[in-house]
Parts: sequence; C-alpha cells; structure tokens
Amino acid sequence: MLAWTIYLSFAGALLQALLPRSRPNVARWLALAVAVAGLVTGIAGFAAGMGQGLTILVDVPWIPSLGIHFLLAADGISRVLVLLTGIAAVAGVLFSWNIEVRTNQFFAFYLALIGGVYGVFLSFDVFLLFVFYEIAIVPKYFLIAIWGSTRREYGAMKLALYSFVGSAMVLIGILAAYTTSGSHSTSLIALAHAGLPVSFQMWCFPLVFTGFAILAGMWPFHTWAPTGHVAAPTAASMILAGVIMKLGAYGCLRVGMALFPHGLDPWGFTVLGLASWRDVFALLAIIGILYGALVALAQSDFKFVIGYSSVSHMGFVLLGLMTLNQIGMDGAVLQMYSHGVIAGLLFAIVGRIVYDRTHTRQLADLEKMHLAKRLPFAAWAFVIAGMASMGLPGFSGFVAELQVLIGAWMARPWWTIAAALGIPVAIAYTWRALQKAFFSDRQPSVQELEAEHGHRLAAITWPEVAGFALLGAATLVVGLYPRILLSSIEPAVRSLLKGGV
Amino acid sequence: MNYTDLFRATLPETVLEIAALLVLVVDLGFLRKAALETRVAVAALLGAAGCVVGLWAVAFAGAGGLSFGGEVLLAGGGSAGVAQCGILVLTALALLLLIGSDFTSHAGEFAAVALMAAAGGMIIAAAQDLLVIFVGLELLSLSLYILTAFAKKSGKSAEASMKYYLFGGMSAAFLLFGFSYLYGISGSTWLPRVVCGVNNAAAHGGAPLLAVALVMIAAGLGFKVAAVPFHFWAPDTYEGAPAPAAAFIASVSKVASFALLISISSVALHFMESFHVSGDGTAAFSAQPPQITSGFGAGWPLIVAVLAVASMVFGNLAALVQSSVRRLVAYSAIAHAGYILLGLAFFSWTNRSAEAVLYYVLTYGLTTIGAFGVVGVVERVTGSDKMDAFLGLNKRNPLLAGVMLVLFLSLAGIPPLVGFWAKFNLFAAVLEAAGGVVPFALVALAVAFSAVSLYYYLQVLKRVYVMPGVDESPLRVPPFALIVLLVIAAAVVLLGCFPALLQGWIASFY
Repeated sequence: MLAWTIYLSFAGALLQALLPRSRPNVARWLALAVAVAGLVTGIAGFAAGMGQGLTILVDVPWIPSLGIHFLLAADGISRVLVLLTGIAAVAGVLFSWNIEVRTNQFFAFYLALIGGVYGVFLSFDVFLLFVFYEIAIVPKYFLIAIWGSTRREYGAMKLALYSFVGSAMVLIGILAAYTTSGSHSTSLIALAHAGLPVSFQMWCFPLVFTGFAILAGMWPFHTWAPTGHVAAPTAASMILAGVIMKLGAYGCLRVGMALFPHGLDPWGFTVLGLASWRDVFALLAIIGILYGALVALAQSDFKFVIGYSSVSHMGFVLLGLMTLNQIGMDGAVLQMYSHGVIAGLLFAIVGRIVYDRTHTRQLADLEKMHLAKRLPFAAWAFVIAGMASMGLPGFSGFVAELQVLIGAWMARPWWTIAAALGIPVAIAYTWRALQKAFFSDRQPSVQELEAEHGHRLAAITWPEVAGFALLGAATLVVGLYPRILLSSIEPAVRSLLKGGV
Repeated sequence: MNYTDLFRATLPETVLEIAALLVLVVDLGFLRKAALETRVAVAALLGAAGCVVGLWAVAFAGAGGLSFGGEVLLAGGGSAGVAQCGILVLTALALLLLIGSDFTSHAGEFAAVALMAAAGGMIIAAAQDLLVIFVGLELLSLSLYILTAFAKKSGKSAEASMKYYLFGGMSAAFLLFGFSYLYGISGSTWLPRVVCGVNNAAAHGGAPLLAVALVMIAAGLGFKVAAVPFHFWAPDTYEGAPAPAAAFIASVSKVASFALLISISSVALHFMESFHVSGDGTAAFSAQPPQITSGFGAGWPLIVAVLAVASMVFGNLAALVQSSVRRLVAYSAIAHAGYILLGLAFFSWTNRSAEAVLYYVLTYGLTTIGAFGVVGVVERVTGSDKMDAFLGLNKRNPLLAGVMLVLFLSLAGIPPLVGFWAKFNLFAAVLEAAGGVVPFALVALAVAFSAVSLYYYLQVLKRVYVMPGVDESPLRVPPFALIVLLVIAAAVVLLGCFPALLQGWIASFY
C-alpha cells in the first residue's frame, strides 16, 4: 500500500504539468488532494505496519542483466520517514497557497520532489534508491531558482551542485560495491550479505557516508544548506530542511552503515586522537552542532537563523548514528522526524507568515514592526515552534535529543558533554530571534507608526492555520507519547544493529 | 565470394544508395518547379523511407557477413548489426528534422549526400579489413564535409567545412600511414591476421614500429570521435554546420566510428579464435578465460585511456565557459566521447563492454539529434544559437521547453532518463572488465566530471525556465518537427525507465 505514495505523487506531478496555467486554484486543490492522499496512505501504511518488521511491497525484475529489481519495502524506519514526508508535504502545500506565478508548474516540481523522497525511503534496491535520490535533485533546483528569493540562482545552483557531487560520491561507492561483491544483485539485503572485504569497506564507507552526509548538512559540507534554505520559497525550504536533509541521513544509515558496517571498525592506529571513521564523523557531527548553533546566534537575517539551526539539529542525527547503540540510533531516527516537523514549522512562520507580509527578514527591521501586536498568531506560533526547537519537554525534540545524548554517553562520555553545550546556545539563538522579531520593546517613531497605520498586514488565512495545526500536532503528539513512533523504530534499529552495524 | 553473396551482404548499403539516387531523380526531375517546402519534405521523407527499407535489408542480410578467401571483409550481426540499425534510425530522424528548414535550396542533394554518408557509416561499422575500413571512412568523411558546407549563404558554414576538411584530410593521412605500417609488419590487411602478425612481430623486436602505427591510427580515429587532442574541428563544425548536418555528424558519424573502434578492440582480444572459426566468419564470442590481454599488447588500451581522460577532463571544463549552445553541445560531445573511450580502454573479453558502449552511443546519438533539433528550431526563429536566445523558452513554447529539459537532463545523466542508465551501465562494465586501482580511479574521475557537467546543462535550462525572457511572443514550431522531437523525448524517458528493452534488443544480435 505504501508504494502508492510514490505513484500518487508522480501522477500528481504529471497532471499538474499538463494543467492549463490560467487555473491556479485548480492546481492548489489538486496538489492538496495529492499530498493528503499521500499522507493518508502513509498513515494507513504506518498503522498497518505496526509490530511488523521488514515487509516487501513490490518486487519486480527491472534490469535482469544486472540483477536490478524494482524492489520497494518498508521497515519501521521507512514507515516513520514516509509519515514525516506525508506531513511535510501537506503542510508545504498549505503554506504555498499564495503562490500566484506559474502555480501549476510549482506544484508539478513540488510533487515530483515529494515522489522522489517517498521513493528513497521505500527503496530496498540500492540502484533504485539512487535513482529516486537523484530525481529529487532537479526539482529542488527549479523550485528555488524560479520561486525563490534572496540570491536564488546562486543558492539553487550551489544546492544542485553540492547534491550532485554528493550523489556522484555515492554512485562511485555503489558501483564499486556492486562490482566487488560479484553478487549479481543490487538489493540492499543481498549486498549487505555479500561479505565485502573489510579493507574495501574501510575506504568505501567514508566515501558513501560523506556523499550522503553532504545532503544531511554535515559540517564542513553544510554550506549549501543555509543559502539554499534562505533562497528557497517557503514550501521548498520546509521540504528541504524537513525532508531532504533526512534523505541524506537516511542514506547514511541505510546504505552507508548497513552495507559497510566494517567501515566503522577501528583503524588500528590513532591520528590526533581519532581511531576510526566513527570517531571522525562523530567529531564532525559535534562540530556541526556547536558551529551551527553559534553561527545562528550571530545572524541578522531571520531565515538564516533557522537555516543554521538546521545544521545544528542535523548534527544530533549524525551523532546519534555514530553511537552505534540502540538508544542513540533510536534517538537519531526520532530526531529526523522531529527536526523534519519543527524545521518545517519554523520555516513556515518565517517564510510564509512573516516574510510574505513584511517583505523583510532582517531582524533589525522586524524589531520596529511590533509583530507581536500586529501578527499575534505568528508570535505565538513562533513561541510554540521555538519551544519545540529548543527541546523543551513535551515536544518531540526533547525525547529525540535526550536519547541521542544518552546513547552518546554510553559510547563516549565526552561526546555528550560537547554536544550538550549546543543546547544552551540553541535556547539563546531561539530566544534572541523570538525577542527581536516579535517582542521587541523598542518604541516606534512617529513616521513608523504612520507607516504602520498606512498599511495593515494581511490577515492570517485558513491554510496557514491548518498547516500550523498539523505540524504543531505532529510534534506535540510524539513529544507526549513517543512510543507511537519508537515502537516502530526500535525493532528496525535492533535488526540493523544485529545485521552488523 | 560470388556476386549473390556480395549483393546480399551489401544490400543495406545498396538500398541507401538507391534511395539516394531516387531522391535526386525525384527532386531534380519531377519537383523542379515545386515550392522549396514541398521539395524539402519529399526529399526528407523519401530518405527516411530509404532508411526504413534499409532496416529491413539489415535483417535480410542477416548475420552472414561477407567473406573472401576465408577472410571476413564485412561482419554481420553483433556490434555491426546493432550499429547499422542504429545508423539507419538516426539518419532517418536527422532527415526528418530537415523538414521545415530553409538553409538550402538543394534539398534533394542534401538528403542524397546524407544517405551516402550513412552508407559509409554502415560499411565501417561492419568492416574487418583495413582497406574496407578506409574506403568506408572516406565515403563517410567526404559526405560530411559536403553536408557541413551546405548552408551556402552562411560564411560560418563554409569556414566550418573548410576546417573540418583540413583536419579530416590530415587525420585520414595519419590513419593511412598507420595502416601502411600495420600492413608492413603483418603482411595482411585483414584485421585478425594483422593483429596476429603484429603480436608476433612485437615479440620479435617490432614494438617501436607498432607503437608508431598505433599512435597514428589513434590520431586518425580520435579525430572521427572528436577525442582530445584531435577535437579542434568539433566546436567549429557543430557551430557552423546547418542544424540537421550537425545533428548527423554528432550522432550517425559517432555511432559508426565507435562501432569501428569496438570491432578493432574485439578483434584485438579475440584474434586467436578467429582462425579456428573461419566457417561463418565473425569472431565467436565464447566465454573463454581471458588469458590474452590484447593483440596489440598494452599499448592500445593505454593510448585509448589517455584519450579518454583528456577528453572528459578537457571537454567538460571547456563546456563550462561556452555561451553558444552549439559549442556547448560540441564540448559536451567531446566529454561523452571520453566516457565511451573509457569503456573501450577497459574492454571485456565477453560482449559486456561492447554492448554497454553500443547502448551508450546509440542513446547518446538519439539525445543529441533531439538537442540539435531544438537548437535548430530556436535558431530559425531567433537567428542565434547563443544561450540568451533560449531565454523564456518555457513561456514561448512549453512543449519545446519540456523536450529540452528532458534531453539536457538526460545528457547530464539524471535518472530516470536514458543518459543515466547508459552511464551506469558503461561504468559498471568498465569495473567488471578490469579490476584494480587504475580503472576505478578513472571511473571515479568520470563520475566526478559528470557532476561538473550538470553545471553547464543547467546554465541552458536556467535560461529556458528560470530567467525572464526578453521576447515573450509565442515561438512557432513546425508541427512535424515538434512531433519528431516529442517522439525523441518520449523515447529518452521510456528507454530510461525500461532500460532492459534496448539492452535486450542489443543482446539479441550476439
């Protein structure tokens, strides 16, 4: 059933492309219908998959001569991420309700992107996974370059090239693994059991892991993320931060770590205190957490604050993966979901609710606007989203980051200490942004007050409320009752760990 | 050999020549007073029909080939069969794109010369003898010089043709010089015997002479496939030639030349067997263990690998700075030639590599014809092939923009389009054929440079989709050309989604 998420999205994209461009409303409702259908399918698949392990959805020989199958399957991790994609997709459509230019093309690219993302999460054939992974690159470029803002062509090209370089590294690794294994199959399970030599895994693992981690925003390959997020239109930055970065993390886990588990083994010697690739990537993850948070603290553009906070939060995901224990990796997967929802919410508030009305994202300008009074909905929405982002109990981020930190303590205590330093900084930058953008007590001058009365900010529309409600509920429900996702994630992580990771 | 055999084996070429004559007779005899539009359409359709009949003739001629005194002159089946069918289909498409163009008033002659070039291409795709190869190459090359110069009113076209001719003549001289050394070393012009003789001579102190011969031959053939450093003609020719001629050069001529390189590489690997299976001729591709590396020794793969690396590095980097779409396609063609040469440098004992190279070059030819079709249409309206001529194409003609999107992304190797699969298949074949660090490093380089290539393809697509247009009036495309382009784009998508279709078809020839 879950396979229909992919087909529906691509069919929707095709329909949108064929739609006459003079009917933006039809395009909107169609996009919403397709996204909701995907979400409903995702929820149904999630519910049906509760308590089940890996289930094969579709298995058809695709390219017999190379043993490539059109193999879709789902385990607990895939189901959670499909669910996340469904939520983010619906919210993205709701927050792009005000797109007036080339609406049908926007949603065509958007749905093609969503279809590719669903495909990645459900592919269990590495070739197929790569195909979907690449399908997701091109729509991103056009979404940003056509409908974006601030330096959009630069941001779009940078994003496309970073993604493509990352996927080139992945492709090299996949080709090498396929020819080295000689297994005449590209199924993830067959390749994982092919008994690839340890020396091969040792160099192939970092290649593939880094290739995917570029898209997960791993420091120092994260620089596409802030510029890309800022340049992107609201829905695209929601999907970019919410789902695309998870593609990278998911690839790290599903391909990098599951196919080359021995790549994480100790080297047998120590360089600068690092004794394995695991140490290297954990260090990079921690640097990402701290660096992203500190840079976010110094930004003057509201959206850049959120952009760098994404780099910081994704660091937790990568750190969780490197703990290689049950609780840490559970936390990593849960953090993928959690950050996907929260980042989507933050970008929606900044990009759609605030920027589309004020036409500025500079914190210095926003300070003068009294947004707490003029846009109370935005202010309170940001308070809630900010609390979730800081990792307050009751929201999904708390459970996720706590688990990652516990897992890290079990692996190497100093990882936890270093990473935990990021949390007060996260509170600081969220607080700073909140205060400057909404609750500044700076007195307005006479001219400013006149300007304020001269044009009122447009009222909040129903799609914004609906989108906010959806994302808020998604983080709150999981925060209050994390078992709902963890009961799916845990068995899947356990079987991955048993498989050698 | 008797005349029946000769006639049967060369039936496809004969059909093309007859079609060429027929086109001339109809155009110059019956349609002298007709409007140019009609004459172009009739010539193109007749030519395409000739290609279709040629396809039937290829099937009819079968896998027998043509032997003389136990030596196979023209191979049948295998890579020759695939390449011949490919040449015919691509020629037909290039001719169909001629419809609606007005660069020449000699429509019949254009179609006729194109058909003759195709016949030359079919000969070299099948040739197994140095002299036959040379005859075929000259027939192809001379026809291409003429096609390039066909836009008589355009100075660029004449200049391009002149450059092409001078470089071509020079490289033909090199090739012939190399062939003469080979003949001197081995005492034969038949490829398997040449390789065998060369192999013996190399073991007895003839290696320096062989090296000279191989370098000369690489220069000659490197020119045909536009490999660096023999590529100088390509950008000028692609830019100056009339669009259908450029499409023809970029596709048909490439397919034929790579088919020739495949047969040379195969013979070099399989020369020992050829003498055991002289019955039906072609080297039988048995699954023997690869105890022999190459009949030419290590020199030939080394030369090809050097050309491959130079081409993909230089082609991709030079394409980055182009402002003319035609020149961009030309440099990207050089880069693609580099990828393909990589497949030829690490050639496998089984037909794996041959099939992968054929797959690549056929689908590449198809995509490039489409790309030149779009460029030709845009050029006819805007009068320029600069990137800025494509500004706002999405608004001016969404269908044409869609075709362009599909074709250029396929060239960049984005799935699910056919270009991605072709690359994956080719690189997998390279790694399967040869283990070790060097082939792996070269494949990694190739993959890295295809990431570079995305940049310049996106530069064009950016103008089509993203940047605002200067002139936003609708751009009229002749309906027939649009249909052909849509069919090509659909084929690129379809073959990419179901790669096994074409792969199975190619495998059926072996």
